[in-house]
Amino acid sequence: MNPTDSLVENPGRGPLGKDEMAAIVARDIPHGSYVNLGIGQPTRVADHLPDGSGVVLHTENGLLNMGPAAKPDEVDPDLTNAGKIPVTELPGAAYFHHADSFAMMRGGHLDVCVLGAFQVSATGDLANWHTGAPDAIPAVGGAMDLAIGAKKVFVMMSLFAKDGSPKLVRECGYPLTGLGCVDRVYTDLATFRLGPEGATVLETFGIGYDDLAARLDVPLAPANGAPR
Amino acid sequence: MTVQVCTDADEAVAGISDGSTVLVGGFGMAGMPVELIDALIRQGASDLTVVSNNAGNGDTGLAALLAKGRVRRVVCSFPRQSDSWVFDRLYREGRIQLEVVPQGTLAERMRAAGAGIGAFFCPTGVGTPLAEGKETREIDGRTYVLEYPIKGDVALIGAHTADRMGNLVYRKTARNFGPVMATAATTVVAQVRDIVETGALDPETVVTPSIYVDRIVRTEVAV
Repeated sequence: MNPTDSLVENPGRGPLGKDEMAAIVARDIPHGSYVNLGIGQPTRVADHLPDGSGVVLHTENGLLNMGPAAKPDEVDPDLTNAGKIPVTELPGAAYFHHADSFAMMRGGHLDVCVLGAFQVSATGDLANWHTGAPDAIPAVGGAMDLAIGAKKVFVMMSLFAKDGSPKLVRECGYPLTGLGCVDRVYTDLATFRLGPEGATVLETFGIGYDDLAARLDVPLAPANGAPR
Repeated sequence: MTVQVCTDADEAVAGISDGSTVLVGGFGMAGMPVELIDALIRQGASDLTVVSNNAGNGDTGLAALLAKGRVRRVVCSFPRQSDSWVFDRLYREGRIQLEVVPQGTLAERMRAAGAGIGAFFCPTGVGTPLAEGKETREIDGRTYVLEYPIKGDVALIGAHTADRMGNLVYRKTARNFGPVMATAATTVVAQVRDIVETGALDPETVVTPSIYVDRIVRTEVAV
């Protein structure tokens, strides 16, 4: 975690690229954690976990201590991750069925999960499964189970959508995945801690706090600072 | 009841009636009972409710069953995939019903059916569209939504090896929904890569005990 837990502004560094964001998330995962990395961008976090991190990766289709993606000569159709990508197992791996896999999630045994998002509210509501568009086919997968199950839920996303609108909002406009479930949001421009009182800025990248605050419309405060 | 060791997949799916609820194992292709689904297409049962994690990929297996118009309703967690064009088309044309269930709730509802649980309070989905209209209760300060079991008339699953009593072992992440579906249906059919003599499986490694299994068939293709 951010060692001093007071705001660190890095106006000269950033916005962060996807791998830099993944590295920041990896830095904040405590040693020895049991972690689920969501499909897509969060998968990159695995590449940035340092040797000896002791992190055990969970994939909800029934494996603990999942290894890296399979090389062409390692592909086994019986061994995939939740994104159906062929992966490998590490020594100490364990297999289990789906009801057990989600029981360990729902039961609060996973330390951290990292998810992508369409929107997150300042109080930690998550929207990441459905745009609500009339022709969209709803598909939730394990998103709702992960959102409410892990002890800590980290979101990784760009802070602004392609149309320029912020994705950290007062209230999610998209259908919700979970209520008040997100603990931290890692973005290209800043890292936030969320709670019932709103968002706390832990770090900024390529922007200062005041400029960041001016671009967002949420209850916001710098870490260890008086509310502004 | 003694397990029926079938000579082929057609024998294994015989007697499935129109209107049945069919639990179909697999997560993507891992653990997908492809040969049983192909046999079900030949067998001809229609007006089916299919319970599976996905709603078919490409043009084979579950997608082929859907394409034949045999399925009235799909209960799944993740129908939308890059290659789910058969389901997508039927859904957009209003020719198939969809119930989306969070993946863990889907597994737990079948577990409940197999374990004789009448319903259960689950924290997943609270405050989301998937909990709309469902009974909720606050227990120890947390809100839960009431979820009911999903019971199948038939389960079609893929396992790795069976013994002649019907005990099953699985392989790696192909295990996924197989063990829980095996508990939740009236008739459980498993396709396996190998059938060994009774006593040849280490009892400590059996994942699905024979009590749950009604029919087994060895298939040549990867399960």
